[in-house]
This record gives sequence, structure tokens and C-alpha cells, in this order.
Amino acid sequence: MTDFTASDAVPAPRKGSLLTQDARTKQRNAKEARFRMMGLIAVTIGVLSLVGLLTSILASGLSSFQQTYVELEVYLDPAKLDKKGDRNPDDIAKVSTFGYTPLIEAAMLSAIERTGAVSDVANTKAAGELISKEAPATLRDFVLANPDLIGETVQFDLLAAGRIDGFFKGRVTMESAALDRNVSPEQLQLAQQLKEAGILRTKFNWAFFTAPDASDTRPEAAGLGVAIIGSAYMMLIVLVLSLPLGVAASIYLEEFAPKNRWTDLIEVNISNLAAVPSIVFGILGLAIFINMVGLPQSAPIVGGLVLTLMTLPTIIIATRAALKSVPPSIRDAALGVGASKMQAIFHHVLPLAMPGILTGAIIGLAQALGETAPLLLIGMVAFVREYPGGPPEGFFDPAAALPVQVYNWTQRGDPAFVERASGAIIVLLVFLVIMNIAAILLRRRFERRW
Amino acid sequence: MYDAPKFAETKVTNNDIKIAARKVQVYYGDTHAIKDVNVDILDKTVTAFIGPSGCGKSTFLRCINRMNDTIDICRVEGDIRIDGEDVYDKKVDPVQLRAKVGMVFQKPNPFPKSIYDNVAYGPRIHGLARTKSELDEIVEKSLRRAALWNEAKDRLDQPGTGLSGGQQQRLCIARAVATSPEVLLMDEPCSALDPIATAQVEELIDELRQEFSVVIVTHSMQQAARVSQKTAFFHLGHLVEFGDTGQIFTNPKDERTESYITGRIG
Repeated sequence: MTDFTASDAVPAPRKGSLLTQDARTKQRNAKEARFRMMGLIAVTIGVLSLVGLLTSILASGLSSFQQTYVELEVYLDPAKLDKKGDRNPDDIAKVSTFGYTPLIEAAMLSAIERTGAVSDVANTKAAGELISKEAPATLRDFVLANPDLIGETVQFDLLAAGRIDGFFKGRVTMESAALDRNVSPEQLQLAQQLKEAGILRTKFNWAFFTAPDASDTRPEAAGLGVAIIGSAYMMLIVLVLSLPLGVAASIYLEEFAPKNRWTDLIEVNISNLAAVPSIVFGILGLAIFINMVGLPQSAPIVGGLVLTLMTLPTIIIATRAALKSVPPSIRDAALGVGASKMQAIFHHVLPLAMPGILTGAIIGLAQALGETAPLLLIGMVAFVREYPGGPPEGFFDPAAALPVQVYNWTQRGDPAFVERASGAIIVLLVFLVIMNIAAILLRRRFERRW
Repeated sequence: MYDAPKFAETKVTNNDIKIAARKVQVYYGDTHAIKDVNVDILDKTVTAFIGPSGCGKSTFLRCINRMNDTIDICRVEGDIRIDGEDVYDKKVDPVQLRAKVGMVFQKPNPFPKSIYDNVAYGPRIHGLARTKSELDEIVEKSLRRAALWNEAKDRLDQPGTGLSGGQQQRLCIARAVATSPEVLLMDEPCSALDPIATAQVEELIDELRQEFSVVIVTHSMQQAARVSQKTAFFHLGHLVEFGDTGQIFTNPKDERTESYITGRIG
């Protein structure tokens, strides 16, 4: 320690004014300024793209929450609906939707006459085309439910055709109508007059949330009802299966399992599973749950199981991290007063890890809610108009899912479906935001416990 | 030179052996941490373990209530008997052992629960109270023993983590005595405390020895001299010297002990 020589001695202090920056300091400061600048640019790019994304989705999707309806007084003509006149439900049911079209056309004509609209629309058929092809079905359902009202005049709010709806939303113009075989400029003019007369009305589109999907020719009737139910069922299955399984697996691995080659292997595999492309889980689901076990296709149960497999690694990783972050002194304290290992974990470690576990679980659920690829493989892309039944039987009925519905609608020809798809994305985003808020609230609640 | 310490005024009043350790060896993986330790710890006596950092005194302390079981690579050989029963016997459940041998840790570690729940936790899991009033009684008695009752009685439902450091440590002591243990192990209980809190805890230890056998690990030789009747000096995993505190500090038999207490090693 004492073999210092003069040359090893501390160098003489450098002389220099504190008021002027030396070259090194300037260089360092410039570096820091550059780094800050780059960070700011990165954040700006991120924020701008988010704003751009949101505006484009909102711009093209918000209009899907409004829908044009035609208010018509329809005479339920007994001569057409119940020729025998005995109100026999079986006979009434024999009248197909085509039988209702003339009633609507007649109602439409009388409405046009009443408003005194002057129109070049040549015939009754062209006037009837202002109304959605879905309308006769609406009418038929109503009549089957209320056969007593046959012979009366009933007021209906019927969907306007997609092109007419698009005209009021700015999607369809006179120029585009001139090139369109589905709609003519004359029809648009008539629609404009009817709107001024108050027969056409734009209302909030509740049916978008409740109605099932509709075919290519009637985008105005397409809704998210089946998809929302399907997604809700799948989330329920994922939550019920993956949270207990994931937490139990994490607790075992973190607290009880011996640290050896096998547990190391399991750990590495769990981390890798979290990074496996989701479509692989879809293939797995198809092979195991549908082909081997024989569960039905397009069913929320299969989707839920596949998404559970996908969510498990996320939950396990988050839970283990949360368990690890609990200070060991708490475990020691519990063991020190004679708690068993399980008591120490369930009474002290788990409550402290709860916020982390819940956050992980909700992130996993949100991921699962937005997952599309694996669902395509297990047939959730099917066109489903029937609502699935109530749980648990409904888990085995065919259903759609929100993200798959978005994918589905973007594949269709009619531009009205683009609007619907954007609207569905907004609904999906709202659900995700709700889940994240739930995560934050739960976190707060559990953190406040001490 | 080392100032003449003030020794615990009360002398050893009891010669019943509570804990008897014979040829205890502890290994952490390949490291031989405790070598051939033989020691007899008396009932109703404060025994201090002193020694430089890493000498194995805490490790040995944690062997007594088998807290080392939680460390995977730790292996204990030899014989530790409490009242003649081998604590490492296959039939012994560490949970029962730890109810009998309480522990207070270096850093105050109250549960993030109310003061009441902190103290009541042990009695609850061991089923020591049948009714709420019995539990209340245990909590009050334990807090009184830990000299915390007057400060805490009006805020029993407030979190234990909101107390000051010294109060937290006394809460941990209350929690440890609430299960009515027979032995109380204290692993440097005052190292995180200021002198006033330390004095309170030391006073407490002296009172606790009326009922318990207390084993305390400490880095402060003054503290060992103040609170203990017996002192054991550990060095590099060996128990170098064990005897009456007065004798260890005034007339050590081993030169390593003398070097340590006079501040030449450690």
C-alpha cells in the first residue's frame, strides 16, 4: 500500500475557469441534446401515427353508428297475407318474404303521393328499391309475431337501402349513382325529397350492436350482435380457464418446484410459447379440439380453448414476475411465525402480487380479444346469422368474433361494408379501452389495501 | 483500548439447557459455512452470537428454527436438540417448530396489514384463540410485552407499515411473541434502528428473558455486553469461544476473540 512513487501521485488539479466550458463538456452536452432530440422525434412520430390511425378509423367508421330509416305506414293486406282468412299461423307462415314486397311498395307509393314529391322514378319497383331488401323479412317477422294485426295499418321504421343510406353519409353521389346499376340519380333525388318531407330519417343505429351479420346485398342490415356475443363467450372461457390455470402454474413453478433441468426446460418453453405465432395455435386447435376431440366448428368453446392456450404463457410470465417482485422478507416473516409455505403464499405473497397478476391477465385477455388468425382456422369466419344460445349450451353453437367480423367485412364488395368494418374496429377499441381501465381500477383497489 | 462494557446486571439464573447443538455443519452448495459447532443455550437466558460479517452466526441462528430449509442449496448436518428433541428429525414439521421458536429479522418486516392483523396472524393460523375477545387479549398482551401498546392502542386498524422503524421492529417482536414461543431468535434486530429505538428494544429483550430463551445475533459488541448473559464468538464458521458474557469480554481465552473484541480483526 505504501509503494507510491512521485509519478503515481494524483495529477495536479487542472486549472481553468468554471465560467467557460471546456471541449469535453461541450461535446458531452451536445451529445445529450442530440439524444433528447431523437427521443422527442420518436415520441412525436408515435403520437402522430396514433392520431392519424384514430382519425382515419373514426372518420370512416363513426357514420356506421347512424342509419337511415324509412317511416312507412304499411297496410297488412289480408288478401295477400292470409288468403283463407282464418288467421291460421301455419298458412301465414307459408307466405314468404317475396309476398311482403308488394305491401312495402304500395306503402312507399302512397307515402310518395302524400308528400307530393315529383319524381322521375319510373315504376313502383324503383320506388321500392329505396327500401332495404331486409325490410320484407322485418315485416314478416312482425306479422308472424302479431297475426291479429293483419288487416290493419301499422307504422314501421324500415331500413333504407345501403346506397340511399350512403347518399346521406356522402359515400354515394349523383355521379357515382349514374355509373351504378344498383341505384339511379332519380332515386337519389326522390330520397332527398322524402328526407325533406320527414319520411326518411337518420337515427342512432342500435341495430349495429344487436343485429346479426347480413348478406353481401344488404350491408345496411349487418350488425355485430353475433360477433359481440361470440367474443364475450370466448373471453368468459379464456378468463375462467386461463386465470386459475396460469396462476396455479406460476405459483407452483415459482414457489414449490425444485430448481432443476426439467423446470428450466419448462421455463424456457413457456417463454417461447409466448412468442409463437398465433396462427400456430389455430392449427393446434383445429387438429386437437375439432378433429380429435370432435368439438363443433365455429363454436366459442373451441375459440375460447385456443385463445386460452395463447393467453396462458402471457399470464404465467406476468404472474411469475409479480410473485418474484414480492420482497422475500414478507415470506420470511410469515414462515417465521410458523405459517406453512402455502399459508405464506396465499395469505401474504399472493395479495401483494395481485395487482401484477391482474394486469397480466387483462393484457392477456385484451390480446385474446383482438386475435384473429387462430379463429379463422377453426371456422369462426363462417357467416352466422343465428344468435348462439345462452351459456353454457351456447358455447357450442356457431358464432362469430369481433376481429373476425372486421376481417370478414373488409373482404366484401360493397363500400358500405368498409364503413361497417371501421365501426366494428371502433367497438373493438372501446372494449379494449374498457378492459384497460378495468385493469387500472383493479390495480388501484388492490394496491390501496395497505 | 476497548471501553469496559456495562454488563447485563441480571446474571444467569437458570441452568436448564434449552437448545443443545452438537457437531453442526452447514453447507451452501460446496461452501462449508458452519464447521463443527457445539453449543448449549440455556433457558430464560439471553445468548449473544458475535463475530465478523460472514462468520456464520446468522446461518447458525437460522438452523435452529429451520429457516434454512427455504434455501435450496443449503444442507445441515449434525444434531440440534430443543428440549432433547432433534429438530431435524424427519417427523418434525418445521411449521410446528417455528411456532415454538419465534424469529425477529434484521430488517423490520411487518405484513402490509393492520397492526392488529400483524400480531393476530400467528395466533390465528395456530388456532390459539377461540373467540374474538381471546384474540384481542393475546394481541394486547403481545403489544404490551413489546412495549408498543401505548403507542399503538388507538391505531390498531392502521397499517403496520405506517409505523416508524423502531416501532415496526417492536411490532415484529410482538408478532413473534404472540404465538407464545419458547425460544426467540433475533437476527441483528437493531441494525436498522437509531440509538433510542435500540435502547427500547434492548430493554425489551431483557424483559423477554423472564419467559423465553433469547438468542440474539449482533454486530455491536456493546449491545452483546449490555443484553446477554452468555456470548458465543464465531469466526470463519467456527465457534471460537462460548462462555459468560463478562468472561468473554474481560478475559477471553482465545486470542482471536481478544483480537476481535479489541477491534483488531473483523
